Amino acid sequence: MAKKITEINASSMADIAFLLLVFFLVTTEIDIDEGINVVLPPWTDEPPPDVKQNNRNTLAVLVNSRNELLVEEERFEVEELRDYTKKFIMNNGRDPEMSDSPQKAIVSFKGDVGTNYDTYIQVYNELRGAYNELRDDLTRQKTNGRKKTYLALDPLSRDSIIRDEIKDILPIRLSEAEPTDFSANK
Amino acid sequence: MLGHFKRKKKELPAINTSSLPDIVFMLLFFFMVATRLRETEVKVKQSLPKATEQEKLEKKDLLSYIFIGSPASEFQDEFGSAPRLQLNDRIATVDEVQAFVASEKAKMPPELANKIIIAIKCDKDADLGILSDVKTELRKANALKITYITLRGLEN
Repeated sequence: MAKKITEINASSMADIAFLLLVFFLVTTEIDIDEGINVVLPPWTDEPPPDVKQNNRNTLAVLVNSRNELLVEEERFEVEELRDYTKKFIMNNGRDPEMSDSPQKAIVSFKGDVGTNYDTYIQVYNELRGAYNELRDDLTRQKTNGRKKTYLALDPLSRDSIIRDEIKDILPIRLSEAEPTDFSANK
Repeated sequence: MLGHFKRKKKELPAINTSSLPDIVFMLLFFFMVATRLRETEVKVKQSLPKATEQEKLEKKDLLSYIFIGSPASEFQDEFGSAPRLQLNDRIATVDEVQAFVASEKAKMPPELANKIIIAIKCDKDADLGILSDVKTELRKANALKITYITLRGLEN
Protein backbone atom coordinates (compact mmCIF):
# COMPACT_ATOMS: atom_id res chain seq x y z
CA MET A 1 0.00 0.00 0.00
CA ALA A 2 1.37 3.43 -0.99
CA LYS A 3 2.00 5.74 1.91
CA LYS A 4 -0.55 8.55 1.93
CA ILE A 5 0.88 12.01 2.35
CA THR A 6 -1.06 13.88 5.00
CA GLU A 7 -2.17 17.32 3.87
CA ILE A 8 -2.33 20.25 6.26
CA ASN A 9 -5.77 21.72 6.25
CA ALA A 10 -5.23 25.28 5.08
CA SER A 11 -8.83 26.33 4.71
CA SER A 12 -8.78 28.46 7.87
CA MET A 13 -5.73 30.33 6.61
CA ALA A 14 -7.97 32.31 4.28
CA ASP A 15 -10.21 33.26 7.20
CA ILE A 16 -7.28 34.59 9.17
CA ALA A 17 -5.99 36.52 6.20
CA PHE A 18 -9.46 37.94 5.52
CA LEU A 19 -9.74 39.09 9.09
CA LEU A 20 -6.47 41.00 8.85
CA LEU A 21 -7.43 42.33 5.44
CA VAL A 22 -10.72 43.72 6.71
CA PHE A 23 -8.92 45.38 9.61
CA PHE A 24 -6.52 47.20 7.30
CA LEU A 25 -9.30 48.05 4.84
CA VAL A 26 -11.23 49.78 7.58
CA THR A 27 -8.32 51.65 9.14
CA THR A 28 -6.61 52.69 5.92
CA GLU A 29 -6.27 56.23 4.63
CA ILE A 30 -4.45 56.24 1.35
CA ASP A 31 -4.60 59.87 0.28
CA ILE A 32 -1.86 62.27 1.32
CA ASP A 33 -3.08 65.57 2.73
CA GLU A 34 -2.31 68.74 0.87
CA GLY A 35 -2.13 72.15 2.45
CA ILE A 36 -1.26 75.80 2.02
CA ASN A 37 1.89 76.43 4.05
CA VAL A 38 2.06 79.55 6.15
CA VAL A 39 4.74 80.78 8.54
CA LEU A 40 3.38 82.82 11.42
CA PRO A 41 5.28 85.78 12.86
CA PRO A 42 6.83 85.12 16.30
CA TRP A 43 4.80 86.26 19.29
CA THR A 44 5.64 89.62 20.86
CA ASP A 45 3.85 91.39 23.65
CA GLU A 46 4.21 94.80 22.01
CA PRO A 47 1.46 95.77 19.63
CA PRO A 48 2.48 95.39 15.97
CA PRO A 49 3.69 98.56 14.22
CA ASP A 50 0.99 100.42 12.36
CA VAL A 51 1.14 99.68 8.67
CA LYS A 52 0.47 102.87 6.78
CA GLN A 53 -2.54 102.06 4.67
CA ASN A 54 -1.86 104.84 2.17
CA ASN A 55 1.69 103.75 1.52
CA ARG A 56 2.14 102.96 -2.16
CA ASN A 57 4.07 99.82 -1.32
CA THR A 58 1.26 98.31 0.70
CA LEU A 59 -1.65 96.56 -0.92
CA ALA A 60 -4.44 96.56 1.62
CA VAL A 61 -6.70 93.54 1.18
CA LEU A 62 -9.68 93.42 3.49
CA VAL A 63 -12.46 90.90 3.88
CA ASN A 64 -15.35 92.02 6.06
CA SER A 65 -17.80 89.98 8.10
CA ARG A 66 -20.22 89.80 5.15
CA ASN A 67 -17.47 88.08 3.12
CA GLU A 68 -17.02 91.10 0.86
CA LEU A 69 -13.58 91.74 -0.56
CA LEU A 70 -12.13 95.23 -0.44
CA VAL A 71 -8.81 96.04 -2.10
CA GLU A 72 -7.45 99.53 -1.45
CA GLU A 73 -10.96 100.40 -0.22
CA GLU A 74 -12.64 99.35 -3.44
CA ARG A 75 -14.99 96.43 -3.98
CA PHE A 76 -13.33 93.53 -5.79
CA GLU A 77 -14.35 90.11 -6.98
CA VAL A 78 -12.11 87.22 -5.92
CA GLU A 79 -11.44 86.38 -9.58
CA GLU A 80 -9.91 89.82 -10.23
CA LEU A 81 -7.61 89.70 -7.23
CA ARG A 82 -4.81 87.54 -8.66
CA ASP A 83 -4.13 89.69 -11.72
CA TYR A 84 -4.39 92.90 -9.74
CA THR A 85 -1.91 91.60 -7.12
CA LYS A 86 0.53 90.55 -9.86
CA LYS A 87 0.29 93.99 -11.43
CA PHE A 88 0.82 95.61 -8.04
CA ILE A 89 3.94 93.58 -7.23
CA MET A 90 5.57 93.91 -10.65
CA ASN A 91 4.79 97.62 -11.00
CA ASN A 92 8.45 98.69 -10.53
CA GLY A 93 7.51 102.33 -9.98
CA ARG A 94 5.46 102.87 -13.13
CA ASP A 95 2.07 103.59 -11.59
CA PRO A 96 2.44 106.05 -8.67
CA GLU A 97 -0.34 104.21 -6.79
CA MET A 98 1.46 100.88 -6.90
CA SER A 99 4.71 99.44 -5.55
CA ASP A 100 8.25 100.72 -6.18
CA SER A 101 9.70 97.24 -6.60
CA PRO A 102 8.80 93.61 -5.86
CA GLN A 103 11.20 93.68 -2.90
CA LYS A 104 9.36 96.59 -1.29
CA ALA A 105 5.81 95.48 -2.07
CA ILE A 106 3.84 94.25 0.90
CA VAL A 107 0.48 92.57 0.65
CA SER A 108 -1.41 93.21 3.86
CA PHE A 109 -4.36 90.93 4.43
CA LYS A 110 -6.94 91.53 7.07
CA GLY A 111 -10.10 89.63 7.86
CA ASP A 112 -12.89 90.04 10.35
CA VAL A 113 -13.75 87.60 13.14
CA GLY A 114 -17.03 86.95 11.35
CA THR A 115 -15.41 86.18 7.99
CA ASN A 116 -16.17 82.74 6.67
CA TYR A 117 -13.17 80.41 6.56
CA ASP A 118 -13.96 79.35 3.00
CA THR A 119 -13.83 82.96 1.76
CA TYR A 120 -10.64 83.54 3.70
CA ILE A 121 -8.97 80.56 2.02
CA GLN A 122 -10.20 81.66 -1.43
CA VAL A 123 -8.66 85.10 -0.97
CA TYR A 124 -5.46 83.78 0.58
CA ASN A 125 -5.20 81.26 -2.25
CA GLU A 126 -5.38 84.04 -4.85
CA LEU A 127 -2.73 86.14 -3.09
CA ARG A 128 -0.39 83.14 -2.84
CA GLY A 129 -1.25 82.24 -6.42
CA ALA A 130 -0.14 85.68 -7.60
CA TYR A 131 3.27 85.21 -5.97
CA ASN A 132 3.57 81.62 -7.19
CA GLU A 133 2.74 82.56 -10.79
CA LEU A 134 5.28 85.39 -10.77
CA ARG A 135 7.92 83.05 -9.37
CA ASP A 136 7.07 80.45 -12.00
CA ASP A 137 7.42 83.06 -14.76
CA LEU A 138 10.80 84.07 -13.42
CA THR A 139 11.87 80.42 -13.21
CA ARG A 140 11.06 79.85 -16.88
CA GLN A 141 12.97 83.01 -17.79
CA LYS A 142 16.05 82.09 -15.79
CA THR A 143 16.23 78.47 -16.90
CA ASN A 144 15.24 79.18 -20.54
CA GLY A 145 12.15 77.06 -20.12
CA ARG A 146 14.01 74.04 -18.72
CA LYS A 147 12.04 74.17 -15.48
CA LYS A 148 8.39 75.12 -15.63
CA THR A 149 7.68 75.91 -11.98
CA TYR A 150 9.55 77.33 -9.02
CA LEU A 151 8.82 74.21 -7.00
CA ALA A 152 10.52 72.07 -9.64
CA LEU A 153 13.82 73.73 -8.72
CA ASP A 154 15.42 71.16 -6.47
CA PRO A 155 17.06 72.91 -3.50
CA LEU A 156 19.62 70.10 -3.29
CA SER A 157 20.85 70.43 -6.88
CA ARG A 158 22.70 73.29 -8.59
CA ASP A 159 19.28 74.82 -9.27
CA SER A 160 19.39 76.04 -5.68
CA ILE A 161 21.37 79.10 -6.87
CA ILE A 162 18.54 80.07 -9.21
CA ARG A 163 16.06 79.29 -6.44
CA ASP A 164 17.81 81.65 -4.02
CA GLU A 165 18.06 84.35 -6.69
CA ILE A 166 14.32 84.18 -7.32
CA LYS A 167 13.67 84.26 -3.59
CA ASP A 168 15.71 87.50 -3.37
CA ILE A 169 14.02 89.12 -6.36
CA LEU A 170 10.51 88.06 -5.37
CA PRO A 171 10.23 87.63 -1.61
CA ILE A 172 6.77 86.62 -0.47
CA ARG A 173 5.81 89.52 1.75
CA LEU A 174 2.31 88.57 2.62
CA SER A 175 1.48 89.87 6.06
CA GLU A 176 -1.63 89.09 7.98
CA ALA A 177 -3.12 91.43 10.50
CA GLU A 178 -5.22 90.38 13.45
CA PRO A 179 -8.85 90.27 12.33
CA THR A 180 -11.04 93.19 13.29
CA ASP A 181 -13.60 92.50 15.95
CA PHE A 182 -16.47 94.94 15.96
CA SER A 183 -18.59 92.84 18.28
CA ALA A 184 -16.08 93.33 21.13
CA ASN A 185 -16.29 97.11 20.96
CA LYS A 186 -20.02 97.35 21.49
CA MET B 1 -15.15 -2.60 -0.92
CA LEU B 2 -17.05 -2.38 -4.17
CA GLY B 3 -19.75 -0.26 -2.57
CA HIS B 4 -17.17 2.12 -1.14
CA PHE B 5 -15.70 2.66 -4.62
CA LYS B 6 -19.05 3.50 -6.16
CA ARG B 7 -19.87 6.06 -3.52
CA LYS B 8 -16.60 7.90 -4.02
CA LYS B 9 -17.20 8.26 -7.73
CA LYS B 10 -20.53 10.00 -7.22
CA GLU B 11 -19.07 12.60 -4.81
CA LEU B 12 -18.28 16.07 -6.24
CA PRO B 13 -14.58 16.82 -6.29
CA ALA B 14 -13.68 19.47 -3.71
CA ILE B 15 -12.59 22.84 -5.16
CA ASN B 16 -8.97 23.42 -4.42
CA THR B 17 -8.88 26.57 -2.29
CA SER B 18 -5.24 26.36 -1.32
CA SER B 19 -4.34 29.41 -3.43
CA LEU B 20 -7.05 31.57 -1.87
CA PRO B 21 -4.91 32.57 1.12
CA ASP B 22 -2.17 33.65 -1.30
CA ILE B 23 -4.53 36.01 -3.10
CA VAL B 24 -5.88 37.38 0.14
CA PHE B 25 -2.39 37.84 1.55
CA MET B 26 -1.40 39.78 -1.53
CA LEU B 27 -4.30 42.18 -0.95
CA LEU B 28 -3.44 42.29 2.72
CA PHE B 29 0.15 43.32 2.06
CA PHE B 30 -1.01 46.02 -0.32
CA PHE B 31 -3.21 47.58 2.34
CA MET B 32 -0.60 47.12 5.05
CA VAL B 33 1.93 49.07 3.00
CA ALA B 34 -0.50 51.76 1.86
CA THR B 35 -2.08 52.29 5.25
CA ARG B 36 -1.79 55.01 7.75
CA LEU B 37 -3.71 54.21 10.87
CA ARG B 38 -6.54 56.55 11.66
CA GLU B 39 -5.42 57.88 14.98
CA THR B 40 -8.42 59.83 16.06
CA GLU B 41 -12.12 59.97 15.55
CA VAL B 42 -13.04 63.39 14.24
CA LYS B 43 -15.90 64.80 16.26
CA VAL B 44 -16.32 68.09 14.39
CA LYS B 45 -17.77 68.66 10.93
CA GLN B 46 -15.11 68.58 8.28
CA SER B 47 -15.96 69.90 4.87
CA LEU B 48 -12.69 71.32 3.64
CA PRO B 49 -12.39 74.30 1.29
CA LYS B 50 -10.91 73.95 -2.19
CA ALA B 51 -7.80 75.75 -3.34
CA THR B 52 -5.14 75.54 -6.02
CA GLU B 53 -1.90 76.69 -4.40
CA GLN B 54 -1.39 73.92 -1.87
CA GLU B 55 1.56 71.55 -1.69
CA LYS B 56 1.69 67.87 -0.80
CA LEU B 57 2.65 67.36 2.83
CA GLU B 58 5.23 64.64 2.67
CA LYS B 59 6.90 65.04 6.07
CA LYS B 60 4.19 63.23 7.98
CA ASP B 61 6.32 62.80 11.10
CA LEU B 62 6.36 66.58 11.56
CA LEU B 63 2.61 67.04 11.32
CA SER B 64 0.20 67.52 14.21
CA TYR B 65 -3.45 68.05 13.48
CA ILE B 66 -5.91 70.54 14.91
CA PHE B 67 -9.51 70.14 13.76
CA ILE B 68 -11.91 73.08 13.76
CA GLY B 69 -15.60 73.01 12.99
CA SER B 70 -19.07 72.71 14.46
CA PRO B 71 -19.45 69.59 16.60
CA ALA B 72 -21.01 66.68 14.69
CA SER B 73 -24.75 66.18 15.27
CA GLU B 74 -24.27 63.42 17.88
CA PHE B 75 -22.06 65.71 19.99
CA GLN B 76 -24.15 68.86 19.69
CA ASP B 77 -26.13 68.16 22.85
CA GLU B 78 -22.92 68.24 24.81
CA PHE B 79 -20.91 70.93 23.02
CA GLY B 80 -23.44 73.12 21.18
CA SER B 81 -23.37 74.03 17.53
CA ALA B 82 -20.86 76.89 17.52
CA PRO B 83 -17.47 76.01 15.93
CA ARG B 84 -15.10 74.30 18.36
CA LEU B 85 -11.64 72.85 18.05
CA GLN B 86 -10.57 69.28 18.57
CA LEU B 87 -7.16 68.27 19.90
CA ASN B 88 -6.32 64.58 19.76
CA ASP B 89 -9.65 62.85 20.33
CA ARG B 90 -11.56 65.37 22.38
CA ILE B 91 -13.19 68.71 21.90
CA ALA B 92 -11.08 71.32 23.68
CA THR B 93 -10.88 75.02 24.35
CA VAL B 94 -8.41 77.50 22.92
CA ASP B 95 -6.44 77.68 26.21
CA GLU B 96 -5.40 74.06 25.78
CA VAL B 97 -3.58 74.67 22.49
CA GLN B 98 -0.27 75.58 24.12
CA ALA B 99 -0.25 72.43 26.25
CA PHE B 100 -1.18 70.40 23.18
CA VAL B 101 1.77 71.79 21.20
CA ALA B 102 4.12 71.06 24.09
CA SER B 103 2.93 67.46 24.35
CA GLU B 104 3.19 66.98 20.56
CA LYS B 105 6.73 68.34 20.64
CA ALA B 106 7.60 65.99 23.49
CA LYS B 107 6.47 63.02 21.39
CA MET B 108 8.87 63.90 18.60
CA PRO B 109 12.62 63.28 18.51
CA PRO B 110 14.29 66.36 20.06
CA GLU B 111 16.12 67.35 16.88
CA LEU B 112 12.82 67.56 15.01
CA ALA B 113 10.73 69.22 17.73
CA ASN B 114 11.41 72.74 16.46
CA LYS B 115 10.35 71.85 12.95
CA ILE B 116 6.84 70.91 14.01
CA ILE B 117 4.12 71.75 11.48
CA ILE B 118 0.59 72.27 12.74
CA ALA B 119 -1.93 71.13 10.15
CA ILE B 120 -5.21 72.97 10.54
CA LYS B 121 -8.21 71.10 9.24
CA CYS B 122 -10.90 73.70 9.40
CA ASP B 123 -14.47 73.40 8.23
CA LYS B 124 -15.70 75.68 5.43
CA ASP B 125 -18.45 77.11 7.59
CA ALA B 126 -16.25 78.05 10.54
CA ASP B 127 -15.36 81.69 11.01
CA LEU B 128 -12.08 83.50 11.32
CA GLY B 129 -12.59 84.29 15.02
CA ILE B 130 -11.74 80.85 16.37
CA LEU B 131 -9.00 80.37 13.77
CA SER B 132 -7.24 83.58 14.74
CA ASP B 133 -7.48 82.65 18.44
CA VAL B 134 -5.81 79.33 17.63
CA LYS B 135 -3.13 81.09 15.58
CA THR B 136 -2.38 83.50 18.44
CA GLU B 137 -1.96 80.54 20.83
CA LEU B 138 0.31 78.80 18.31
CA ARG B 139 2.47 81.90 18.08
CA LYS B 140 2.71 82.00 21.87
CA ALA B 141 3.65 78.30 21.85
CA ASN B 142 6.32 79.05 19.22
CA ALA B 143 4.84 76.65 16.67
CA LEU B 144 5.10 79.01 13.72
CA LYS B 145 4.82 76.67 10.80
CA ILE B 146 1.23 75.94 9.99
CA THR B 147 -0.60 74.60 6.98
CA TYR B 148 -4.25 74.89 6.02
CA ILE B 149 -5.41 71.52 4.72
CA THR B 150 -7.42 72.05 1.56
CA LEU B 151 -8.72 69.95 -1.29
CA ARG B 152 -7.41 70.39 -4.80
CA GLY B 153 -9.81 72.00 -7.20
CA LEU B 154 -11.62 75.17 -8.10
CA GLU B 155 -14.50 76.55 -6.10
CA ASN B 156 -18.03 75.98 -7.45
